[in-house]
This record gives sequence, structure tokens and C-alpha cells, in this order.
Amino acid sequence: MSIWEYANPAKFMRTTEGALPWLVGSAAICCVGGVVWGFLTPEDFRQGSTVKIVFLHVPAAMMAINIWVMMLVASLIWIIRRHHVSALAARAAAPIGAVMTLIALATGAIWGQPMWGTWWEWDPRLTSFLILFLFYIGYIALWASVEDPDSAADLTGVLCLVGSVFALLSRYAVLFWNQGLHQGASLSVAPGERMSAVYRHPLYLSMLGFFLLTLALILIRTRTEIRKRRLAALQAREMRA
Amino acid sequence: MIDLGRYAGTVLAAYGVSIVLIAGLVWHTVAANARARRALQEFERNG
Repeated sequence: MSIWEYANPAKFMRTTEGALPWLVGSAAICCVGGVVWGFLTPEDFRQGSTVKIVFLHVPAAMMAINIWVMMLVASLIWIIRRHHVSALAARAAAPIGAVMTLIALATGAIWGQPMWGTWWEWDPRLTSFLILFLFYIGYIALWASVEDPDSAADLTGVLCLVGSVFALLSRYAVLFWNQGLHQGASLSVAPGERMSAVYRHPLYLSMLGFFLLTLALILIRTRTEIRKRRLAALQAREMRA
Repeated sequence: MIDLGRYAGTVLAAYGVSIVLIAGLVWHTVAANARARRALQEFERNG
């Protein structure tokens, strides 16, 4: 069996139909569990109760970047192998990535106000995240504005390649420039910088929950795109007959 | 009741915004999927 079998829309629909109930259930348990557990953690001695925002902010930011990377892989598969399911999966993922980026930006601004004394700063990570959000909006708009789906997939694929620079920049911006307000990695393996287990464990669960939620939503939205495409093909066939 | 101290507004605003955005995304995803499935089934039934 090859992974390319899933590029067949019928096979993709059959496989995901069976997997989705499990995926949705796991996503709900991990998401709710992680966020509620995080909400119940004690106050941090420096940040007070605002530390609870980390359980939403970090998983959302992580998914904002990773969804773009997933779109990049799907776009490359489309450009190289012309598998329609991969192009539709990239299209399906974009609104989820945009919402995750918006959550990261909004929770970051809300958190930044009491901690940094400002809602917004033209800091490398904040700015690159804002640009990533604009790329998501541009990507969604480009898909919507081109009538021919194959041409739209080609053009958005190129846009995705260009936007990948900002997705990577969002991840590594704090390492390139030191003058920003934003801290480095929240989860470090270095012994002196490790986050306390009281916060680390609910954060892991919340990150897993956001990952599973994203995966479930991408699969559902890809199924929607496949159905829309099939309907358009049937309508076109009937018009020709 | 959990005491969020002087940052209660900040924490609740962050949770509120995130929950509204995620709920909106889930609702939109499920509704669009149901609409597409219905439209396809209807077309296949009626031709």
C-alpha cells in the first residue's frame, strides 16, 4: 500500500469517514482537558494569573506556523504530482491557520498589555506573525478570486512557497533579532530554563488537543472541498450533455 | 470559585476571545460540510 492511494478522493473519503469520530472525540477530550487543567493551575509568582493564557497562546501560535508548513507540503505535492486532494487540503487548512494566527495575536496582545505595558510592539516575532496572518488572508482571497480551480491551486501554491519564509521567520525571529520584547521558546530542553511541571504538563495536553483539533478540522474541510468539487464536475457534465 | 486576582479581566478576555473564535471555526466547518453533503446528495438524487 502506498501513501499516494489517499490522493484518490474516494479512498480519502472512505478512510477519513471511519477515522473522524475517533479524531474528533480525542481532540475534544485533549482540548477541553488541557485548557481547563491550565485554567486551574496556580498563579505564577511574577506573572500572576496571566500565566494561564499560555495554554491558549502557545498551542495556537504553534499551529499557526505548522499549518502553513502543512500547506507548503500539500502545495508542493500538487505542483509536483498534480494530486487534487492535496491542493484541496491546502485550501481547507488556510482558514484554520488564519484563526489560529488571530488567536495567537489576540491573546498575545491581551497578555502583553499588563506584562509589557503595551498591546502591540513592532517586535520581530509579533510583526512576522502579523505578516503571516496577512499571508493567510491573501491565500484565502486568491483561492476565492480565481475561477479555474487548477489555476487557483497553481497560484496559491506559489504564494504558499513565498509565505513560508514568513512562517519560518515567525518561528525563529526571536533568535535572529535580540531587541524584541517577545521571549524565546516557551518550552526549552535546557535544564535551567525548563518550565515548571505544574504548567508544562497541561501545556503539553493543550498542544496535543490543538493539534488533534486542527487535524480533525482539516479533514472535515477537505471532505467539504471534495464534495464541492464533485458537485461542480457533475453540474458541468450535465451542462455539456 | 477560582480567584484570578487583579488580572481576572485579562485572563477572561483571552479565554473568551479564543473560545469564541474556535467555536466559530468549528461551527463554520460543520455547517459548510453539512451544506456541501446535502447539495451533492440532492443533485445525485434528482440528477
